[in-house]
Parts: sequence; C-alpha cells; structure tokens
Amino acid sequence: MVRSLLIRGMLVGFVAGLLVFGFAKVFGEPQVDHAIAFETAMDDAKMKADAAKGIHDMPEPELVSRPMQASFGLLTGVMVYSTAFGGLFALVFAFANGRATNLGPRAVSALLALTGFIAFYMVPNLKYPANPPSVGHPDSITIRTELYFAMMALSIAAMAVAAVLRKRLAPKLGAWEAALIGAAFYVIAVLVVAAILPPINEVPSDFPAVVLWHFRIDSLTMQAIMWAVLGLGFGALTERSFLAKGLYHPRLTPKLVWR
Amino acid sequence: MSDRIIGPDSVSAPIPVREILPWIIFGLVMMLAIYFVGAEEGATSIIKGMYVHEWVHDSRHLLGFPCH
Ligand SMILES: [Zn+2]
Repeated sequence: MVRSLLIRGMLVGFVAGLLVFGFAKVFGEPQVDHAIAFETAMDDAKMKADAAKGIHDMPEPELVSRPMQASFGLLTGVMVYSTAFGGLFALVFAFANGRATNLGPRAVSALLALTGFIAFYMVPNLKYPANPPSVGHPDSITIRTELYFAMMALSIAAMAVAAVLRKRLAPKLGAWEAALIGAAFYVIAVLVVAAILPPINEVPSDFPAVVLWHFRIDSLTMQAIMWAVLGLGFGALTERSFLAKGLYHPRLTPKLVWR
Repeated sequence: MSDRIIGPDSVSAPIPVREILPWIIFGLVMMLAIYFVGAEEGATSIIKGMYVHEWVHDSRHLLGFPCH
C-alpha cells in the first residue's frame, strides 16, 4: 500500500520535473545568463583594477562548463529534486489521508500540495528570496544556508501545528471556523519567526532589478508547476486506484465523483 | 446530533502508522537527495571538492536555495 503510493509519488514527481525543467530551460536560464554576464563584468573590472596595483588575480578554474550547467546539470538537479519531493509527498499523503480531514484522496492530495507549496517554498522565500548568481557573498554562504533552512523548518512545523489545531477545533467550531483559526495560527507564527530572524540583503547596488524580478518569478513558477502537478496528478491517480480497490467509499456514487 | 455533512463512511480508512513507519527510511533518502541538490559543497560538505555543487549549480539557484 505505502509502497505503491511511494512509487506513484516518485513517478508523478518525475513527470513534474520534466515540466519544471522545460520551463526553467526556456525562462529561467536566460536570467541566470544575465546574472553571470553581470558577474563576469564585475570580476573583469576588479581584475583590471588589481592589475593596475600590481596584484594579479587568478581566474577561478571552471569545473563544469556553462553549457553543461545550463543543460544536463540543470536537468539532474531539477529531476532529483522533483522526484524526491514526489516520494516525500506520497509518504506525507499516506499519513494524512483519512486522518487530517474527512475529504477524499483527490482533495487531500490537492490541499497537501497547496500547503506544501506555501510552507516549503513560498513563505521561506518571502523572507529569504531566491537569488541569481553573483548576488550572495561567498563568505556568508553558511549563515545564509542556516537561516534559509531554519525559516523553512519553522514554517513546516507551524503548518503541521496549524493542521492539528484545525482538526481538533473542527468538531466544536465547525469546519470553516476551524480552518480560519488554523490559517491564522500559521500566518501569525511565520510572521513572528520572520520578524525575529535577521534580514539578508546582499544584492549589489547596481544589479539589474529587472533580472532579479524575472529570476524570482521564474523560480516561483517552477515551484508552482511542481506542486500543482504533484497535488493534482497524484490525487487523480490515487483516487482512481482507491475507488477501484474499494479503499474509498464516497457517499456520492463513484460515477459522480469519478467519471 | 451531528452537524457533519460528510459521514465517516466517505473517508478512505487511514493507513495504520506501523505500516507507514518502515517507509520513513525512504523519506530520509529523499531528504538526502534534496540536500545534495540544495546544499552539498556549499555551507557543508559530504563529498570533497566542488563538482556536485558545480554540476547542480543552476538548479540550486532556481529552486531557491542560497548559493553565491
Ligand atoms: Zn551559485
């Protein structure tokens, strides 16, 4: 049971990854190239200034060529990420389905993807937005990574508490009110966390604002594609399978629920 | 009296936790895979060198992880 869910999750994640890669290749990569052109211009200017002072910087050795990074490198990263998230999604679904709400598998899957998108990506990125190459200082990578993962972990924890809260309150207050209280708890919790964690602002003052904007919108769209495909694709396949195996008995006839 | 519109019979039965637990190991493998895409050879390093970082570099930036 869990095994088949896990395999399905990874397969749907794999398909999502292909779509995310297609989008990233067409829309994201040009922005990465713009940012790298900016970085190269900065490096060249610095090298010239240093050479004038008699210091000769060595250019960094290139381990992986740009064309490789932008094609097979990007493909590897996106596919591993999406497939792994598909697997994780399936495991969380295995636990949440029949527990978190009394909705059917398709709706549980869609809600799980929506809350996953918010908790794993959207909220951590509102605090610490995605940056193209040349925006961060190499020296601050440790603290930037720690803060980003801390924000993500606390956001996920707050979302889990909100889900428990909603479920506990629903019998007393009703489904709508309980959902609002759960959502309010999540929003307040992440606002407090975001206010406490220190800000990071390392965008060079002359970095093109339009490139930064496009890069961040492309990053957001990639995540939206992945989570939408996971939530809707996994949900549709799982509901059909559960109905066929008699694991899910909607009060409406299956004909109305699943044509 | 119950104000529930959707009765319990509309729910698919939860999978017992003891049935899910052994699969958590796969969840950890997934997280390790995400770590390799998102953070390996940046803030921390399991494998020596910069090859993994350089190979997944563009996806790391575009997926929202801190890089350079
Ligand atoms: Zn980088």
